[in-house]
Amino acid sequence: MANKTSLLPPTPGAAAAIPESGQAAVRVLVSPRARRRARLEERIARALLFLCALLGVLTTFAIVFILLSESLGFFKRVSLVEFLTGTQWAPLFRPQAFGVLPLVMGTLLTTLIAMVVAAPVGLIVAIYLSEYASPRIRRVVKPMLEVLAGIPTVVYGYFALTFVTPLLQRFIPGLEGFNALSAGLVMGIMILPTVASLSEDALYAVPNSLRYASLSLGATRLQTTWGVVVPAAMSGISASFLLGISRAVGETMIVAIAAGQQPNFTFNPLRAVETMTTYIVQIAMGDVPHGTLEYSTIFAVGLLLFAITLGLNLVSEAFRARYKEAKL
Amino acid sequence: MSVATATALRWRAREHRREAAFQIIGAAMVLLAMAMLTVLLVKILLDGYARLGVSFLTEYASRRPENAGIKAALVGSFYLMLLTAAMAVPIGVGAAIYLEEFARRNWWTRLIEINITNLAGVPSVIYGLLGLQVFVRTLMMERSLLAGACTMALLALPVIITAAREGLRSVPRSLREGSLALGATQWQTVRYAVLPVAMPPILTGVILSMSRVVGETAPLLVVGAFAYIAVLPTSVFSPFTVLPVQIYDWVSRPQHGFHQNAAAAIIVLLALLLAMNALAIYLRNRLQVRF
Repeated sequence: MANKTSLLPPTPGAAAAIPESGQAAVRVLVSPRARRRARLEERIARALLFLCALLGVLTTFAIVFILLSESLGFFKRVSLVEFLTGTQWAPLFRPQAFGVLPLVMGTLLTTLIAMVVAAPVGLIVAIYLSEYASPRIRRVVKPMLEVLAGIPTVVYGYFALTFVTPLLQRFIPGLEGFNALSAGLVMGIMILPTVASLSEDALYAVPNSLRYASLSLGATRLQTTWGVVVPAAMSGISASFLLGISRAVGETMIVAIAAGQQPNFTFNPLRAVETMTTYIVQIAMGDVPHGTLEYSTIFAVGLLLFAITLGLNLVSEAFRARYKEAKL
Repeated sequence: MSVATATALRWRAREHRREAAFQIIGAAMVLLAMAMLTVLLVKILLDGYARLGVSFLTEYASRRPENAGIKAALVGSFYLMLLTAAMAVPIGVGAAIYLEEFARRNWWTRLIEINITNLAGVPSVIYGLLGLQVFVRTLMMERSLLAGACTMALLALPVIITAAREGLRSVPRSLREGSLALGATQWQTVRYAVLPVAMPPILTGVILSMSRVVGETAPLLVVGAFAYIAVLPTSVFSPFTVLPVQIYDWVSRPQHGFHQNAAAAIIVLLALLLAMNALAIYLRNRLQVRF
């Protein structure tokens, strides 16, 4: 932390609150030349820092521009109606079919299964941590949730394929080797920390006066929790669910490894399905020459994926803003 | 009277039972989550530990699972992380400084902020498409380490910006005011008074964001990391592979031997992530300046 360019020796006492390095600024007072230099530096620094911040905006524009411009070629050849309502997805076979619904269905199915796990378990874990658990339990459970959140998705994919699927096959005879069920279940574990920690934040933000009022009316703790605290935190809880859904929709590796790579138009969780994300990876890794119609499909699918997750994120953000504003 | 009392007592007993039941359900769900984590870790350790050894770390990928190793992947992950950090950290911290210390509260700043929030929610595979089109094709970097690192830098940027902003916010106002009162310019104040104090939390955030970069697979698959590489990268334009890509390649092969290799590589990956997180926690606790 010590700054070698400092001209003045550190004077204890006088500037105890400022790190010694702060005293380098004193140089400015010394000469007009140093002052001019400082002013120039200031301008350059400000401009450079602004450029850094601008890069974020540029990235968004670049994403939107690329997805739109690359899928333009696709939509010139395939109508939007055919893309959005067709139930057959076979860009690499003859005759070609460009109905995206099988991919959407696969995404929807795995997301639904994931949320069936993550929403109730996440909410109950959040309620338990916020309303019931002792500080000691919280100290153990919260880091564990962080560990779950930090595990790379390719690891979850391995777990789904080599553990969950064989395990489920013992109980469910018709389960295919690649299937939506185990990919969805494991994805549920993956998004559980997101749902639990965001919901817990929302529950924690509910002021105690509401709890005391309810308890003093003779309600039990459980009645207070479900009748008062959870409704008060509802917008935050909804935000956590929406963010969880958005994560599940955009998740790639678990489904690419364990759910399969066949675009089946089915809602049967025991069968193999292909999600939008899996399709993008599959084609980008393959040897489809770029510039072709087949190649441009990944940008059309990417555009749809981007639109869906952006919508979910914006609504989630709106819910979260509401509960942050509504400080009771 | 006695009927009313009996009803009230029954009601109370019922509520007690419900209360107890919910406590048990809550604890069970927490235990369930812990059990999943344990099962996952144990399963991977059991599958992979037999393959771990020095040769696994020093051999290249191979057609025969028992000869294969993760040398190229491990070195590739390391280079990718360094290169990504070299690009993303200065830009991310710069953007955070601008937003926290320089920007006025107006619609333009709001726009930048909303943008960064939304970028954090974009699926990583979309960043892959961005990298594929901008870096691999338009800027003609081909399927190189540099293209991969540029893509990952964009992906890591929102995380770094958010962490750095929190770090800057933890610096008390009095420090800035003291520096400004001595006649320092805004930039000098940031450079000499604020940044040195904010450095530990920023560093912690940077390390955590890099641990996400190390574990990320999908965008690198799209940008074109190869799984089968028998040379180390010699420059930033070399083709490359990383640990998660190698793991994905091995998982997607049917042979059991490759699955074992995948598990062993996962152990190495998790150990690496654990080390990075431990370092981040250590830095947070050790270097933190208290006021």
